[in-house]
Amino acid sequence: MVKIHERKFVSADPDKCVGCQVCEYICSWTKEKSFNPLKSRIRVVRLNPLVNVSITCRLCEDPPCVAACPRDALTQSEETGVIMVDEDKCNGCGWCIEACDYGAIMLHPDRKVVFSCDLCKEKGEPQCVKWCPEEALDLVTADVLAQKARFTATKKLFQEALKETTK
Amino acid sequence: MLHGYAGRILHVDLTTGKTHVEPLNEEYAKKYIGGIGLGMRLWLDHSKPGVEPLSPENPLILTTGPISGTVWPTGGNGHAFVSKSPQSYGVGEAKSHGSFGTELKRAGYDAVIFKGKAEKPVYVWIDDDSVQLLDASHLMGKSPADTEDAIREELGDYYIRVAAIGLAGEKLVKIACIINDKTRAAGRTGMGAVMGSKNLKAIAVRGTRDITVAKPEEFMEYVKEFHERMKGPATQKYRTLGTPENVLVHNALHCMPTRNYNNATFEGAERVSGEALNDRYVAKVIGCSSCAMRCEHICVVAEGPYKGTMTRMEYEPLWALGPYCGIDRLDAIIKGMDLCNYYGMDSISAGVIVGFAMDCYEKGILTEKDMDGIDAKFGNHEALVKLLEKMGKREGIGDTLAEGVKVAAEKIGNGAEKLALHIKGVEVTGYDLRCLKTAALGFAVSFRGADHNRHGAYAFDVKGKVNRLKAEKGRGKLVKDMEDMYTLIDSFIVCKFSRGTYYKELEDMTKLYNLVTGAEMTTQEMKMAGERINNLARVFNVREGLGRKDDGLPWKVMNQPITDEGPSKGAYVTQEELDLLLDDYYEARGWTREGVPTVAKLKELGMDDLIHIVEKTEE
Repeated sequence: MVKIHERKFVSADPDKCVGCQVCEYICSWTKEKSFNPLKSRIRVVRLNPLVNVSITCRLCEDPPCVAACPRDALTQSEETGVIMVDEDKCNGCGWCIEACDYGAIMLHPDRKVVFSCDLCKEKGEPQCVKWCPEEALDLVTADVLAQKARFTATKKLFQEALKETTK
Repeated sequence: MLHGYAGRILHVDLTTGKTHVEPLNEEYAKKYIGGIGLGMRLWLDHSKPGVEPLSPENPLILTTGPISGTVWPTGGNGHAFVSKSPQSYGVGEAKSHGSFGTELKRAGYDAVIFKGKAEKPVYVWIDDDSVQLLDASHLMGKSPADTEDAIREELGDYYIRVAAIGLAGEKLVKIACIINDKTRAAGRTGMGAVMGSKNLKAIAVRGTRDITVAKPEEFMEYVKEFHERMKGPATQKYRTLGTPENVLVHNALHCMPTRNYNNATFEGAERVSGEALNDRYVAKVIGCSSCAMRCEHICVVAEGPYKGTMTRMEYEPLWALGPYCGIDRLDAIIKGMDLCNYYGMDSISAGVIVGFAMDCYEKGILTEKDMDGIDAKFGNHEALVKLLEKMGKREGIGDTLAEGVKVAAEKIGNGAEKLALHIKGVEVTGYDLRCLKTAALGFAVSFRGADHNRHGAYAFDVKGKVNRLKAEKGRGKLVKDMEDMYTLIDSFIVCKFSRGTYYKELEDMTKLYNLVTGAEMTTQEMKMAGERINNLARVFNVREGLGRKDDGLPWKVMNQPITDEGPSKGAYVTQEELDLLLDDYYEARGWTREGVPTVAKLKELGMDDLIHIVEKTEE
C-alpha cells in the first residue's frame, strides 16, 4: 500500500499560471510527436483573463475512474498512483471521463482509447513542469499542497504584522 | 508540400453559401511566406481594380503563417486579416494574437477567403473539414466577447475560438476592428467594417489536426533556446511595465502628441504613466497560446465611476484615449479601452478621433449643439466616454466621427481638415512626427497609412541613433530595411514584441523557417522575400490608385511647429524635407520618383506576373 504523502502529481499555481498553453504543446509533443492540445494530458482553462489554470490527473486515492470502468481497463499503479489504461480492454465508452471530477481523463482522437497523465515516467520527470515558463507547475504531494495553502493563508492573515517586521 | 503549412485554402462565398477548398500553391508559400504577405497576394488574385471596400466584391482574407500551430514562442498563435481598407482605399491589414490562429491552423487552413455578402447576418462555423454558415441574428448588437461566449454555449464546445465584430462593425464604422479571445484585436485599417459589410458577425473555429514540423529535434532545441532568450533583456520591457513604459520616455523627449498635436508633452504624464498603471491597476500579466514571454497587462478598476472595468492595456490606446484627448485619469482611459473592445473599434483611431473632435470643439468649428450637448473640452473624461459610445452606435455626432478623421473633417468643413491627423485616411499613432523625422518618413510611406508597426523607424529617433530633428539622406535605407524585416515578422507570423530575441535577425528567422517548413532558404532569399512583400503591398496600392501624392504627412506636422519649451521646440517637417526623404526612400527601394516599383525591380524579385500593374502607370 502506497503512503499518501509520497504520491506526487502535477499541480498548477493559479496565481502564476497565465494560460499560455505551453504545457499542452509540450505534453502532446512528448507523448505524440505532434503539437495538438487534444492529445495533451494537461489542459488549460481560462475563465476570464484573470483566472487561468492548467489541470491534469490528481492521482486520487480510491480513483473514481478506475471504479467506473465496466471493462476493468483502468488500474492504479501502487508505486506512483498513475492511472494505467489497458488499451486492449478500453473501448472508449467514456464512463471514466464522466467519473473524473477534473476532466483529467480524455479520449484519444485517433486511437479511441482514454489516456491521462503518467508523469512522463520514461523521461524521468513531467516535461510540462520542466518547460513551464512561469514555473507555475509543480510536482507535489498532497501534503506539500496543504503546507503551501497553510502558509499562504497565514501570510494573508498576518500581512499587516509581516509589514511591520520587515520594515 | 512544405511542413508547417496546412497546404489548404478555404473559400467561403457568403452570397451563395457555398464553400470549397483548394491546395495552397507552394510557390506562393515560398515567395510570400504567409500572414500579410500571402494575404495581400491572394487579395490581388481575387479582386478587381478599384473595388469598393465595403462592397460584396471586396474579398476579406484571413491567414495564418507557417509557424502557426507550433509551440514556437509567440509564433504559434498569430493570424492576419487582409482586404482593401475603407479608410485608405489601399492595403488594409491587421494582425492579432491569442489562440485563434493556432486553432485555424489545426483546422487545416493557411487562408480563408470570404467573398460576397450574406443575405442575413451569419457566422461561419469551421469545424475541421465541416464549414457551415449559421444564423447570427440573435448575436447582432453583442460585443465580440459576448458573441464568443454565446457561440461556445450554443455549439457546446468551450475550446472553440472566435473572432467577431461588435456593433461598430455591424454599422460599418470605418475604424471597426475584429476581436478574438475577448481582448485581442486585429485593430487597424477598418477590417471590422469590411467584415460587417459582408453580414459576417463572427468566425468560429475548432481544429483537431496534428501540427508537425520538418526537423523536430532541432526545432525543439531552438524552442528551448528562445525560451531562455525570452527571459532575458530583449523582452524585459514587455514583461515588466509593458509598452506603457513609453509614456514617460516619450514625454521626456517631447515627442508624445498631446491634445490633438497642440502639444508634444503632457503635464499629466506622471498620472497616466506605465508606472502608475502597474502600481494601481494591473491585476495580472497573461500570455497568448505558445508564448514564453507574456505581455498582456490586464487592468482592473477597483473603485470610482468606472469600477469593475477590466481590460488589457498598451501604450498606444493609453496614449490615444489619454494624453491625446488631454485626459489624465487612468480609470477613464481603461474605461475607454473597454468601450472600444465592447463596440469593436480600433482604440488608437478612436482616441485620435475624439481628440480631433475636442480640438474642433475648442476652436469653435463644432459647437455644443453639434456635439449633442456634450462639453467636449480637452480633458473631459465624461465626454470621451460619451463620444466613444456615440461612435460605436453611430448616433448623433458619432455618426460623422465614425467615418474617421479624414472623412469627418471633410463633412464638417470650416478648416477641420487641418485638425485631422491621418495619413492615407488612417489616424496617427503615439509618436510626434514633427520631431521624429525617421519615423515621419516611415509613417508617410507606410502601405497601410499612418502606423508605427510597419517599420518601427521611431526606434532610430527615440534611441538617439540618428539626429531625430534632422531630415537627411540615408534615412530611406534605414526605413526600407526595417520595413522588410517587419513584413517578414507579420508574414511568419511572430509577435513584434519578440523581435529583439532574434539576435541575428534575418539569420535567426531564416533558421526558424527552415526548421519548421523543411525549405532550404538562404538568409539572402529571406531578405528578398521581405523586400518582395513590401513591393507587393506597393503594387496593391498602385493598382488601387495610390502613389507619391498619398505618401504625405498631416497638415499640423508640416505647418504647426512644436511650441512647448524644451528639446523639440520649433520642430516640424517642411515640404523640402519630406521631398528629400521620399526621394531617398524611393531610390533605396529602386522605385520611380513617383513611388512606383519599376519593371526591373519586380523582375529581380520574381514578380513577373504583377508587372502589368506597374506598366499601366508608366503608360
